[in-house]
Amino acid sequence: MIGWLARRVVQAIFVMLAMTVIVFIGVNVIGNPADILIPPDADQIERARVIAQLGLDKPLWEQYASFLWGVLHGDFGKSFVFGEPALKVILQRMPATLELALVAMVFAVLVGIPLGLYAGLRPNAPGARAVMAISILGFSLPSFWVGLLLIMLFSVQLGWLPTGGRGETREFLGMHWSFLTADGLRHLVLPALNLALFKISLVMRLARAETGEVMPQDYVRTAFAKGLSEGAVIRTHVLRNTLIPVATVVGLEFGSVIAFSVVTETIFAWPGMGKLIIDSIHLLDRPMIVAYLLVIVVLFIVINLVVDLIYASLDPRIRLEN
Amino acid sequence: MNTHVSQGQVEAVLVQTPLRRFARAFSQSRLAMLGLVLFTVIALAALFAPLLAPQNPYDLMQLDIMDGRLPPGSRSATGMVYWLGTDDQGRDMLSGILYGLRISLLVGVCSALVAAAIGTTLGLFAAYAGGRIESALMRLVDLQLSFPTILVALMILSFLGKGVFNVILALVIVEWATYARTARASALRERRKEYIEAAICHGASPLRILFGHLLPNCMPPLMVIVTIQVGRAIALEATLSFLGLGVPVTEPSLGLLIANGYQYMLSGKFWISFYPGLALLATVVSINLIGDQLRDVLNPRKRS
Repeated sequence: MIGWLARRVVQAIFVMLAMTVIVFIGVNVIGNPADILIPPDADQIERARVIAQLGLDKPLWEQYASFLWGVLHGDFGKSFVFGEPALKVILQRMPATLELALVAMVFAVLVGIPLGLYAGLRPNAPGARAVMAISILGFSLPSFWVGLLLIMLFSVQLGWLPTGGRGETREFLGMHWSFLTADGLRHLVLPALNLALFKISLVMRLARAETGEVMPQDYVRTAFAKGLSEGAVIRTHVLRNTLIPVATVVGLEFGSVIAFSVVTETIFAWPGMGKLIIDSIHLLDRPMIVAYLLVIVVLFIVINLVVDLIYASLDPRIRLEN
Repeated sequence: MNTHVSQGQVEAVLVQTPLRRFARAFSQSRLAMLGLVLFTVIALAALFAPLLAPQNPYDLMQLDIMDGRLPPGSRSATGMVYWLGTDDQGRDMLSGILYGLRISLLVGVCSALVAAAIGTTLGLFAAYAGGRIESALMRLVDLQLSFPTILVALMILSFLGKGVFNVILALVIVEWATYARTARASALRERRKEYIEAAICHGASPLRILFGHLLPNCMPPLMVIVTIQVGRAIALEATLSFLGLGVPVTEPSLGLLIANGYQYMLSGKFWISFYPGLALLATVVSINLIGDQLRDVLNPRKRS
């Protein structure tokens, strides 16, 4: 177990290093930082001064080394727009994104698992067929368009919910959260639902498929044969075995939810990391883009690691050593 | 397998060509046929957009800014009817959608095919070469697939900048890994079969074995993935364009049309965003319906 963890950490470090190289190449070789950083009206002397100051006249490997040195010290440079360390700005926005992603995931699980279980237990019922048809729609609907429709319906036409923003927040554990206030919750509903839509379909389909696989198993038949009620069989035998793959996918999808929050945050003006990166790309805030990319890579490596751990703890047959 | 087949049944099976059998199996689902018809109509509409569209949306001379943001059914000064309304520049939405479909389909189909060619080649090669090359390639695939496509595409486009070619390139980079994984998995399964052994005994060259023998037999799962990926690519391109990172304003795809209408939605002018979204939805749904049925028909486990 510890050996496995150590190997994973070493692997993660290599991935991180590879990512810094890719990001560095992306910024410094494909794009020319001098063009981005120096105002176009600067004269030749000013240009040369800034290039020397930024170290752009040094060989590439030396530039990379100093870039890596900065990253190792948590120094991703200052944001041009905010005038503050890029990492600090990102970490300030992170709770908003995590909150949105978590609530969306809760939606997906609470709606997806019961519907999927139902469709798996009664595959030929009209309700189950309807559930499956809706799930195809859920996969095909462009989520940003659905977001616009949600605003259109619930905010503009009905006027029930706000069009965007986080609403009132309350501090908890040193961070600001929307779900602790009524106003914040009202702001949270639409974006979270929008973000969850795709995942609801996914969890639903998966839960249905898994239920379909588990039901014909011998241990289910045995459970029925020894006289357990259907509810008891489902709770203790079916659901538990269905949940293993569902839990894995939910964990893996958490990363994808964070990634897709880029879209949802832009639509609902939710002040999280996703909206920040889109704004930064439009404003060519280079240190911000680099910092975001590296933060997101770390986040993903951590998520993948946690998912593997959860997977192993849910299914003891899986040997982490292998 | 059913071993008790009567003589008549054997003959009935023999006269069927694989294509005909496939067509019959495919047409079993009404939904899939609906998808196929819908997609054909959309593809034809996109292909013949210059003939069908009442207006060339790229020709600024034909646009009248005074006609901006007219609701569906309004008439222009020249008597033309804007069936789906106009956007803020006075562009006929119907024409905009027809031309936008061209860009969306072009990006989706091109990226899926190029990614399929690259990914499949690498996947087959990995399965055939084995050893370190295989494990290195598959590590790369795993790594790539552990990051969501939208994020990788976003990173690439933040470096490359906007443009139709850049979007296709970004989509190819995010999609190849799926094909590589599938191609390798099928190739590993096929490799153990006797016809490959026979081909090797015949002294066929590795290239011939890869592309002449392995590839055709790996096609069924790859076809399913190509179909599904076309739909995904179209949706992803729309999303990227919506975020302002995809195609340039001069060649608006469906996603960009939707983005243009976003700010007017809050004032109740829904049509600028709504109809392009509907077109996008119809396209993606039709492709997914086809893909779903293909998966069922081509899945050897489900084939009876």
